[in-house]
Amino acid sequence: MATSIVETESLLVMDVGSVTTRAAMFDVVETQYRFIGCGEARTTAGAPFHHLGEGVRMAIDRLQSITGRRLVGANEELILPSTADGAGADAFAATLSAGEPLRVVLVGLLESASLESAQRLAETVPCSILQKIHLTDHRGQDGRLDAILSARPELIIVAGGTEKGATRSVLKMVEAVGLACLLMPEDQRPVVLFAGNQALQKELQSLLNGIVNLKLAPNIRPSLESERVEEAQPTLAELYVQLRREKIPGVAELSHWARGQILPSSTAFGRVIRFLSKTQSGDKGVLGVDVGGGATTVALANNGDLLLSVAPELGICSTHTALTDEKLLSEIAFWLHAEYSLQQLNEYLHNRNLHPFALPFSPEELAIEYAILRVILRHAMLKFLRETPASGVATRDGQLPYVEPVIVSGRFATSNSNLPRLTMTLLDGLQPEGLTTLILDNNVIMPSLGAAAAINPLLTVQVLNSNAFQHLGTIIAPSGKARWGSPALRVKMTYESGREIKREIKMGSLEVLPLPRGASAKLQLQPLNRLDIGMGAPGRGGSVRVVGGAFGVIVDARGRPLSFPKDVKSRREVVKQWLWNLGGE
Amino acid sequence: MLAMVTHILPLTSITRRRVMPIPAKVLVRKGQKVSATDPVAEAMIYSRHLLLDVAKGLGVAKAKVEQYLQCQEGDLVAKGDILAGPAGFTRRILRSPGDGKVVMIWEGQLLLAIKGKTASIQAGLPGEVTELVEERGAVVQTTGALIQGVWGNGRIDFGMLVNVADQPDQILSPAQLDVSLRGSILAAAMCQNAEMLHSAAELPVRGLILSSMDGSLRKDAEQAPYPIILIEGFGKLPMNPLAHKLLKTNEGREAALNAEAWHRFSGSRPEVVIPLPDEGGIEPTREVDRFRPGQTVRIMRTPYASHLGSIIRLVEEASFPSGLRSAGAYVHLESGENLLLPLANLELIQ
Repeated sequence: MATSIVETESLLVMDVGSVTTRAAMFDVVETQYRFIGCGEARTTAGAPFHHLGEGVRMAIDRLQSITGRRLVGANEELILPSTADGAGADAFAATLSAGEPLRVVLVGLLESASLESAQRLAETVPCSILQKIHLTDHRGQDGRLDAILSARPELIIVAGGTEKGATRSVLKMVEAVGLACLLMPEDQRPVVLFAGNQALQKELQSLLNGIVNLKLAPNIRPSLESERVEEAQPTLAELYVQLRREKIPGVAELSHWARGQILPSSTAFGRVIRFLSKTQSGDKGVLGVDVGGGATTVALANNGDLLLSVAPELGICSTHTALTDEKLLSEIAFWLHAEYSLQQLNEYLHNRNLHPFALPFSPEELAIEYAILRVILRHAMLKFLRETPASGVATRDGQLPYVEPVIVSGRFATSNSNLPRLTMTLLDGLQPEGLTTLILDNNVIMPSLGAAAAINPLLTVQVLNSNAFQHLGTIIAPSGKARWGSPALRVKMTYESGREIKREIKMGSLEVLPLPRGASAKLQLQPLNRLDIGMGAPGRGGSVRVVGGAFGVIVDARGRPLSFPKDVKSRREVVKQWLWNLGGE
Repeated sequence: MLAMVTHILPLTSITRRRVMPIPAKVLVRKGQKVSATDPVAEAMIYSRHLLLDVAKGLGVAKAKVEQYLQCQEGDLVAKGDILAGPAGFTRRILRSPGDGKVVMIWEGQLLLAIKGKTASIQAGLPGEVTELVEERGAVVQTTGALIQGVWGNGRIDFGMLVNVADQPDQILSPAQLDVSLRGSILAAAMCQNAEMLHSAAELPVRGLILSSMDGSLRKDAEQAPYPIILIEGFGKLPMNPLAHKLLKTNEGREAALNAEAWHRFSGSRPEVVIPLPDEGGIEPTREVDRFRPGQTVRIMRTPYASHLGSIIRLVEEASFPSGLRSAGAYVHLESGENLLLPLANLELIQ
């Protein structure tokens, strides 16, 4: 329900995550929408509360004490709309990622076509894919039925059949779905989302009528060559909220306050990234990464086309199972300066999993947390690139396309005071290429802005352009093969004052060109050794105007993927040097 | 800030809801006394389904299948029972390939659920059934000492409690495991060797309570045939003094170990229950509270993990050695040391 800006000035957005509940306030300050403040509390979806209400109330209490603005009335109800004395808010919206990932079974025809598209659709919300059923899975109907029954899904996504394509095979798969559902107790039957051949919709309705709740969405694979996951996303987002409303007490009240304006946090995050890509001039996409307590979301948008992927196994507090794999433990150990055995790291992760809310107390623990964050970011990016289609938004042969900017959001950003280490961690984990800007959502308001966009798009635009985000710096990261120590890039930076600095950056180094926050300068770049900085072709350079961030301009010539000296001692030295160059120690 | 509570109580009232996730037969009645290992509900788990094409099997038209059927939906059948037939000149018949249940018959096909095993849920603690949960299980209540843990291997058992740890940081050694401990619940401290777990299984013991164990023993512990509960965590963490004392003072009494996994969402967690008569003075339990000066807390992260202390005062925001800032508290440790710690790293001990 759209509301005009005249009616809706202040906005309160609740972002209920798996670990933290945030209440973010936005209002008009001197004719512009601004982020006013944020209150945080522990999410109370699970035991012993089993109701979101307590966490929501505490986050609002905290926001009230930070802003001095009364938001809850004497009757314990939110003050909506605001009153003449400035209490309350004019509108309310909410995002949700609390609770366990949705239990999902995917059903498609071809593993490499409709099933892949169904997976990409499912992964736009936090979900665990428990079974994949397709024509060539070597299972009979009874095997498929058992697979569905053993998964005990909350949602079955059925895709398949191109438009004017297969119908009988799709019906055969749906028959197994219907049978399995029929065998489940009524109160445990999943919702079935059909996003396949549209010609089958009526037949499916009559086939599954009275057995399950069937939802219909546009065909996500209308032809073998084209994929339209985005068109079914709103239906899935709605279903996600509906299923969580049934499972988590308190979601219904939240939805009531928000007048239905409640979105999965990942959907809201993706919406802002898409929104930004539409306002972008040039052909670069926008990349957003949200490292949440329960999942990591990667969103890449170009000119309004969005690719969104949620990895519940890579949440900052849900990584235990994924990270105790020996290979990943080694990856964590790789980033640590101190000697840790894999056994010690394993124990650290086991204990961290027992107490996911606890904070790193010592510098040593913080170093492990940064190493974990690097591994999460790297694996989230690799998973994203592996699973996104080769055509469309993500091009460059399975590599991350050139993007502008990169926005990183997450719980780690709020309590972090060591900006050089954090920036280094983000660069190591994300490994952006070419010329881009690294922005930190240090207030963790990206999902809230996504929810706000549905009510008041102007608010989202103006807050995105405000100083609610931390501009970490312009990044220049040449890619390609060159020997360590060989010249990688020639840079000339001309400040507004006319002063110039010239540098020749060597391969394997990370350097900072000083440029005060907010000041602009002209950069003339010449990549050497046929390295590519995204200016059209390897070895091609050019001029560009940049704005300084917390670290001015960062030239990251460490190669992509990052390369290191083989010897452990030299590696630690060089990593230390990189951090030193960023002003850290 | 909300504080999570871990219960280490000498005498309290304990109520646990023990239910199956699927429709089940409730095996107990209200008011019945149960032991920790008594099943309160059970359900038949069908191992797999078989879709039988009766028409094809008998060589008859789908429309004619009904006249040859010798079973109906819902019938229980044994392996070899005739499901349909005889039909035709060769008098073809269709037999059940296993013990099971006829689930559905339609369009010439028959869906058979093959019998698997019976799954049940145990009471988890000795006590009295105070409420029945229709088609799911029951609520069991008792009074006694309660010690909640942080990790369990999923098993349940009960037996006489024997304390083998003189000190809370004692490492379990082979010399401590002798044949006199057969059938008992052992309260030890730290375990660093998989051999100890195997030796305990060979005795056999009925359960093992540890403060901590080496992370590499996790798989062995998961496979142990008896329940194992960790009170503190993984690594070398000594038993907190409250739990150590409680286990020592209750030596010789019967103890029940429910080593179910700690599931934060549902709230289930591993626990030791030592049934004691209600002679008054029962402390009511709270699952959550707010931090206040004077409360007893346990520290959850290194370098002070498993230490107990009491809150001296709360601090709205503080900076910690890691450089992170958050709400904190000054905590007075039993060693006499005063520490400023993040509230997020503390849990209330009640």
